[in-house]
Amino acid sequence: MKRALPVVIVALAALLGAALAAAMLDLPPHAVRLPGAVAANLAASGVAHPITAVLLNFRGYDTLLEIAVLLLALFGVLALVKPHAAGAAHPAHPLLQTLARLLAPLMVLVAGYLLWIGASAPGGAFQAGAVLAAAGVLLRLAGLLPTWAAPNLLLRVGLALGLLVFVAVAAAVLGHATLLTYPPALAGGLILVIEASLTLSIGLILAALYLASTEVRP
Amino acid sequence: MSVGLLYALAGAALFAIGLAGLLALPHLLRKILAFNILGSGAFLILVGLGQRDGSVDPVPQAMVLTGIVVAIAATALALALARQLLERTGRMQLPEDRPDAETDDA
Amino acid sequence: MSATLAFDLLLIVALVWSAARALTVADLFRGVVLLIVFGLLMALAWARLGAPDIALAEAAIGAGLTGALLLDAVGHLRAKREPGA
Repeated sequence: MKRALPVVIVALAALLGAALAAAMLDLPPHAVRLPGAVAANLAASGVAHPITAVLLNFRGYDTLLEIAVLLLALFGVLALVKPHAAGAAHPAHPLLQTLARLLAPLMVLVAGYLLWIGASAPGGAFQAGAVLAAAGVLLRLAGLLPTWAAPNLLLRVGLALGLLVFVAVAAAVLGHATLLTYPPALAGGLILVIEASLTLSIGLILAALYLASTEVRP
Repeated sequence: MSVGLLYALAGAALFAIGLAGLLALPHLLRKILAFNILGSGAFLILVGLGQRDGSVDPVPQAMVLTGIVVAIAATALALALARQLLERTGRMQLPEDRPDAETDDA
Repeated sequence: MSATLAFDLLLIVALVWSAARALTVADLFRGVVLLIVFGLLMALAWARLGAPDIALAEAAIGAGLTGALLLDAVGHLRAKREPGA
């Protein structure tokens, strides 16, 4: 009985996959034309890149909740890891250290570029934040960043900044219209402010998810 | 068949593989791997189906971008939980998977 | 069969194969490496779907950061199983 269970699970999953595929092939054409709606309103969104417009303007609450979820996940990880002694950045191979020292500033530069270009071309807060986090992970692997037992005040502000700025902007435009409907004249500037703080927070949170859960090794 | 539909079908296959792995594999790290594959399958379905008429649709793309970031946050939280379980029980398996557990790798 | 269709089919076969192998290969470390390969292949798939934004994020997050987290967990597990190793 116990032996047979995985076989049954695999068979049922395969059946589900086949049913999904059959349903997809059977779908009627689109009833709603979303790309057209996005293109028609792009001029009023404050940015020229459709995906950034969707993320920060048309469906801004998705991104608002997303940064909240990220922060919540970090709280979960921080609550779970054993408080261990901070510091103890063990030095790695000198070559790796030098490489990390050279690469980290370049990665920060790339993150800044991705953030800026996001208004008009592929890029934006998520990718920029990911590159920042990768720089943090690289520095940690090279032994140049210490692990930390508990984030200090400055770090806490950085972790929460994205959510705080986003909520503040959302509250500020509430008087103008509905939630996260920016005045078209200010939209571009507001989106840049939100994205800059989001980049910093996403980068710090993603790096922290790695730094907090990796322990000090002898 | 459009490119979108082709990749949506691939997404269905990945979804099925991830689901089977998530339910059938006892090792918690394998479950986390399977969870990531399952998520990738769902993302491919979301974008692929939205673009099945061949046009590029920014709305599902933006949703998947959000989804990828949430998926890594969930992965990090799941790993922290699994480590805590390892710390307390010395095993990387859920209690109900124990009786027939073979010695998994690593 | 056009070249792009052949590429798409090849990529999909590689995606499904790397996903299945990541879950079934005996060594857990290899499984994680295969998942990183899977993430990079996903980045290619996103590029084929006309989604460079997701391709960028997938390469950095799906392959890079997830891989770093999982590899660290595997190392942690090995260190626990073989003290002193």
